[in-house]
Amino acid sequence: MLDKHGIAKRIARELRDGYYVNLGIGIPTLVANYVPAGIEVTLQSENGLLGMGPFPYEEEVDPDLINAGKQTVTFLPGSSLFSSAESFAMIRGGHVDLTVLGAMEVSDRGDIANWKIPGKMVKGMGGAMDLVAGAENIIVAMMHVNKEGESKLLPQCSLPLTGVGCIRKVVTELAVLDIDPERGFVLLERAPGVSVDYIRQSTAGRLLVPDHVPEMQLD
Amino acid sequence: MKKVVQNADEAVADIRDGMTLMLGGFGLCGIPENCIEALVRKGVRDLTCISNNAGVDDFGIGLMLKQRQVRKMISSYVGENAEFERQLLSGELEVELIPQGSLAERCRAGGAGIPAFFTPAGYGTEIGEGKEVREYNGKMYLLEAALTADFAIVKAWKGDTHGNLIYRGTARNFNPMMATAGRITIAEVEHLVEPGELDPNFIHTPGIYVQRIFQGPAYEKRIEQRTVRQRNA
Repeated sequence: MLDKHGIAKRIARELRDGYYVNLGIGIPTLVANYVPAGIEVTLQSENGLLGMGPFPYEEEVDPDLINAGKQTVTFLPGSSLFSSAESFAMIRGGHVDLTVLGAMEVSDRGDIANWKIPGKMVKGMGGAMDLVAGAENIIVAMMHVNKEGESKLLPQCSLPLTGVGCIRKVVTELAVLDIDPERGFVLLERAPGVSVDYIRQSTAGRLLVPDHVPEMQLD
Repeated sequence: MKKVVQNADEAVADIRDGMTLMLGGFGLCGIPENCIEALVRKGVRDLTCISNNAGVDDFGIGLMLKQRQVRKMISSYVGENAEFERQLLSGELEVELIPQGSLAERCRAGGAGIPAFFTPAGYGTEIGEGKEVREYNGKMYLLEAALTADFAIVKAWKGDTHGNLIYRGTARNFNPMMATAGRITIAEVEHLVEPGELDPNFIHTPGIYVQRIFQGPAYEKRIEQRTVRQRNA
């Protein structure tokens, strides 16, 4: 079973040289720490920055330079700046090669819920609805089950939706899965030491298990 | 051409109760600090505020919320504000949440003479309820209407007396679109200079959109999430 760093590490293996990538808050942010050697990716921050660098050293902190999580960041050589309208034009226009975001629930038809829990204070969707509706290539980084042990990979989302039929790949602490809207979750890889049966028990949505399910490669 | 006003109080002097305002900024980055303080001093009420966020309890739009000056917020994300939450739950404050990209584009459309546009964001979610839906090339889209405001209040790094503006870093965010979508646009800047001192090649907002401009006496530029890395010993 993977921890959140393991999930980030596995997702980082999906990166290709030259990709422009938008990383959401939480586990997705960690993906930046595991970019494979020899690969150059450019991070897009939807508040208007391409080429996002690491957190600043104390003396470099600039209040006019933050990421979408409102954290202070830095430029890299080749960074560029733009407005929020242009930023989402990039996202909806299909110019961002890969988007990684978190989720509370995903359905076996590719629906995603990640912005609102009824009865709890609503903070807002931010850019999540634009990202899931606009991006072609989205990977969801999430936990397979909640703290009560209930599956978050469902036949249908129970929470208010962020987008419909837009998710094609999910990486969890247990598995890598594709989503085929006709057939459901397709189990591609198991986390180290995790059995197919355990993944089956942890997946409430339809699950297609090929004859051979290899263990994930992380390094 | 007289666009320069003395200060924030003069700039917001004719903002009245019940008006709709756009306020630039993302989080606390690039917000018109001086105009917000002037609005708090002025005490106008029943405002509808269009802004990506609602500030924090003691800074930004949070200061206006504390004085109960805001009747409705139109935003994409309103976390980090306990007073906001209290007013929302008690029914004193109305909130309309809009996907961030749709909010930006609705402001852009408002300033560009486009009454509405189709976007995929929010299709199939509660955001789409009651909105016109259309299919293009097999994909579904929602019709979203343009936004305009009685006043747009933006913050730039440098500006000249013609109202030309240059933003700095990620403090640009919603400011350029909002600057185009106000019936009257107020720009507050860190450095106000004479015409000719800004290179025309690097102007972000042309002065045609700006009716009033002033240099703020001070900018706190509060940081919400100060994150630093340590040098290896």
